[in-house]
Amino acid sequence: MTDDVATVGLAEEVLTGGRSVEVVSGKRRSKVGTHAFLIVICAIWLFPLAWTVYTALRPYRDTANLGYVSVGGTYNLDNFFNAATGMELWPHLFNTLVVVVPAVIVVLLLASMLAFAVSRYSFRFNVALLMLFTAGNLLPQQIVITPLFRMYLALPLPKVLNEYGLWYDSYFGIAMIHIAFQLGFCSFVLSNYFRQLPKELSEAAVMDGASVWRTYRSILLPLARPALAALATLEFTWIYNDFFWGILLLRTGSKFPITSALNNLSGQFFTDNNLLAAGSLLVALPTLIVYFALQKQFVAGLTLGSTKG
Amino acid sequence: MTASAVPPYAPPIDGGASASSRRPRRRFSVLTQRDKLTIGLMVGIPAFVHIFLIWLPALGSVILSFTSWNGIGGLDKIRWIGLKNYENLATVYQPFWPAVQHNLLWLAVFLFIATPLGMLMAVLLDQNIRGTRIYQSVLYTPVVLSLAVVGFIWELMYSPGQGFINNFLATVTNDPRWITPGTAIDWTGTKGLNLFAVLVAASWRHVGYIMVLYLAGLKSVDNTLREAAAIDGANSRQTFFRVVFPVLAPINVVVLVVTIIESLRAFDIVYVTNKGLNGLELLSVLIVTNLLGEASLVGFGSAIAVVLLLISIGPILFYLYRTMRTQPT
Repeated sequence: MTDDVATVGLAEEVLTGGRSVEVVSGKRRSKVGTHAFLIVICAIWLFPLAWTVYTALRPYRDTANLGYVSVGGTYNLDNFFNAATGMELWPHLFNTLVVVVPAVIVVLLLASMLAFAVSRYSFRFNVALLMLFTAGNLLPQQIVITPLFRMYLALPLPKVLNEYGLWYDSYFGIAMIHIAFQLGFCSFVLSNYFRQLPKELSEAAVMDGASVWRTYRSILLPLARPALAALATLEFTWIYNDFFWGILLLRTGSKFPITSALNNLSGQFFTDNNLLAAGSLLVALPTLIVYFALQKQFVAGLTLGSTKG
Repeated sequence: MTASAVPPYAPPIDGGASASSRRPRRRFSVLTQRDKLTIGLMVGIPAFVHIFLIWLPALGSVILSFTSWNGIGGLDKIRWIGLKNYENLATVYQPFWPAVQHNLLWLAVFLFIATPLGMLMAVLLDQNIRGTRIYQSVLYTPVVLSLAVVGFIWELMYSPGQGFINNFLATVTNDPRWITPGTAIDWTGTKGLNLFAVLVAASWRHVGYIMVLYLAGLKSVDNTLREAAAIDGANSRQTFFRVVFPVLAPINVVVLVVTIIESLRAFDIVYVTNKGLNGLELLSVLIVTNLLGEASLVGFGSAIAVVLLLISIGPILFYLYRTMRTQPT
């Protein structure tokens, strides 16, 4: 056994050793080409954002006088302040957060419970249920919107949560539809995650007399922390970025999420693009901050779902 | 930490290989009545929320598509009209076929341009290149932006009077006609042109998404496979197409399904551009237009939703079949 391994190792050394010079020089040449290509692509990719920043920093007056493609004039943050006021940034950011934060917490709670149950206890509809959830998450949202709109107009809600007493035009309703949709992805990812954890962990807890709830709460949930962190980052961005549910299931303008507040900046006859540039960046800022601060979690969240293991 | 209190190995009571196959059944007997209730709720609550808000309305779309209802009055005002909605859709309703074409074009551009480009970037960035993290971050940045914001950012490129493209052309050619109303090209307002303009913006976001998904797949490929191929004298192209790509079948399925579903879902970017009119009609937009229109045509809108459902169910089932096949029960 050990002999075999050694031989293979040796053979590999001989083979690669013999060719290494040729391979390296060829690789170096192709790497210059690769870098050149990547730099060009990245420059193209960055340009729209860089242009937005540049435009946002210039007053409309200067760009009107000097032209948009020009250098000079003043650079300041006035557009950002004006955009924040014009689009009522803070109230709309509040509208978004009041939906996003509870929705992320609840979706992770429900998804982790479901994932725990289906991955630790086998019952008849295990796989069927996961399939249903995954399929539901993949459905285009527009398929459900027409009946959902009618349901929201009929479903009652305590007046504390909405002055009309309906799911329609309420933060609660928006949060609920996000929860329902995202449950699919989160349960799928978490059930795969739980399956990788050794079964002995929960079995030992059961042997020690822990209840199902205790096993979930004290053993498995703490172990799922990395997966939960990754999913939370991802779900925050996804729900924050929503535009569709906000414009369709809300009616009162002052309740609209931040993504649709940008419309307040485009006038009917005249649009100040410098102001719009600043507004777009303000809306994008929270997700950009989350992305750059938690990049690792972010990518992990996405890849947990697509690759198993 | 609670986990450290758990012994690393819980000895099975009666041991032996034969017992392990029967384990799930035995575990159920350990459960108390209260435990069973806990499990029931843990499964039941999420299942109820999901089915009630997703599958019930989806089914509702199917049922309502055979009816005529304008949403006013109770459900008793619903009249059954059979396949009339579908007939009208195919024959009378003018935006329908253009919308189908636009969705197909969207799919084609994503499938044959944006997705392969994302995969290419992933392959290039996977080969231990210096600064790979920076390249990845740049390409991925558009993905964290809301599609609504992406629409506005590209409006700064496309706007006929104030946008970069026309202003750049005007400056370079020193010809003010590029930005004069009437002679300036209206990139997002011209039928036939605006769909491609929007697709460029949408692809800007899609490429990064595919890149990240594919990169994760590539990272999971056992490096000994590549080494073995190299030893056998395969060049990097052969290694990728003959060895890596086939091994990546599961991730290829994910990428394919993500691409198809994203093309069918496309809505936000078109809606912020011009509410999906004048050359930007998509099935998703038509559903919304019929819902929010002055005469809310619930039955008719639902029929469009069913068309979208029928198109998307194929790839979804394919995906489920491929993923769940390997799923342990």
